[in-house]
Amino acid sequence: MRVQINSQLCQGHGRCYDLVPSLFGEDSEGYGTVLDDGVVPPGSEPDARRAALNCPEHAIQLLGEA
Amino acid sequence: MTAGDFTRDFRERRENELRGSRSEIVTGPVSDWATDFSHLEPEWAADPYPIQDDLRERCPIAHTGRFGGAWLPTRYDDVAAVAYDTERFSSRAIILSNLRPPRELAPVGGSPPISSDPPFHHDARKVLLPAFTKAAVTRQEPATRALCNSLIDAFEGQEVVDAARDYAQHIPVRVIAGMLGFPPADGPRFREFVADLLEGVNLPPDERIERVSRLFDYLLAQVNDHLGNPREDLTTYLLNTELHGRKLDPSHVVGTMALLLIAGIDTTWSAIGACLWHLARNPGDLSRLVADPGLLPTAIEEFLRAYAPVTMARLVKQDMHWHGVDMKADDWILLSFPAANRDPAQFDRAGEVVIDREFNRHAAFGLGIHRCVGSHLARMELRVALETWLDRIPAFTLADPSAVRWSAGQIRGPRTLPLRIG
Repeated sequence: MRVQINSQLCQGHGRCYDLVPSLFGEDSEGYGTVLDDGVVPPGSEPDARRAALNCPEHAIQLLGEA
Repeated sequence: MTAGDFTRDFRERRENELRGSRSEIVTGPVSDWATDFSHLEPEWAADPYPIQDDLRERCPIAHTGRFGGAWLPTRYDDVAAVAYDTERFSSRAIILSNLRPPRELAPVGGSPPISSDPPFHHDARKVLLPAFTKAAVTRQEPATRALCNSLIDAFEGQEVVDAARDYAQHIPVRVIAGMLGFPPADGPRFREFVADLLEGVNLPPDERIERVSRLFDYLLAQVNDHLGNPREDLTTYLLNTELHGRKLDPSHVVGTMALLLIAGIDTTWSAIGACLWHLARNPGDLSRLVADPGLLPTAIEEFLRAYAPVTMARLVKQDMHWHGVDMKADDWILLSFPAANRDPAQFDRAGEVVIDREFNRHAAFGLGIHRCVGSHLARMELRVALETWLDRIPAFTLADPSAVRWSAGQIRGPRTLPLRIG
């Protein structure tokens, strides 16, 4: 699985990097960034889903979800 | 720019803002919430949620002739649609009152970036963002924690304390004063400014203008002090910031200072108070958080959903038929994030407080381009305030439920909250 942030939608709420700092970070203006090219390590899929389902702007996409 | 030039330039621009259109002031009991709502009446202040739930089912976009005409969407989808539609809804005024600022005030507005529309909004917001990232506000955490502890130290020997007045309100006041570089001793004045701006909505416009002027006089004095004595704080930063190759206009600097001071205080104060009010009434939730402090960040998101303190406003740009109603140019929109956050179409068990809610796309900090710039600061203050309180005072109850008072208007939180702590 990979995660992506749609930068057109992200407004810097920061829910993703608050909840899952192993997958997401913040840039110098507070917008969300994906770490390690967005690759989700095996076992971290629930964390990725939790980040996506807490984003108020629906800006996080999960790719390759079974 | 000298202090004299700055003040003169500011006052000239400020005059323009005051040439707005005024509407008749209407107060008194609401006849029907669907056709005559007012968020300033005591019934709304005491408990707006049943009113919002009822409107959401039967209306769902309420209207009032008060304030010269205003609409109140109550469904999440409608609130989100307004928040995202900056083409049809202007932010040039975001506190609903009986004075509409002139249209020429857009796209900058009186207190950028909250009052700004695109495309100007983006640049004005960009100026502020670096100072309010999660990483930046983390630097305020040790001082915030020390402050919370000192406030609780002062409870020594008291069995009943007012958690709104003696705890919650001091925290954001002190933090934002420190960030702006204002004297900490001026805190009581900030609370007057907040009351003037946010709660004085139905005062006669001239009196309202007079009160707001006091805030701007204070901010100009702070600007003059910083021009003569620059230092490492947000005020000096704003005075030195360049946008499009020149320094920010004095009205922009002072308007943004006003925004940071006002928006940073009432809102967080309200949120801290609402959390403590909930925990005082729900011993099961309280004991669970005391036993498992790791759950607190999740619980805070749920408190923000259920007791969202902030409602914004917009102005309709042109006559239009919108989601089933006929809006007129310059009608107000009361943008109720609290109502959106309790929409059962968006949230399971919307009317309940579920402190371990796993998925929580609440809109307490807004949606779209105007997402609260201070949200990371607010979350830090809220978490530290509650962590410290629960650590020091793990058992408490409402001392007198009938004495609890909530603020009326667009920012809702407890203003009197007597808690029995001993």
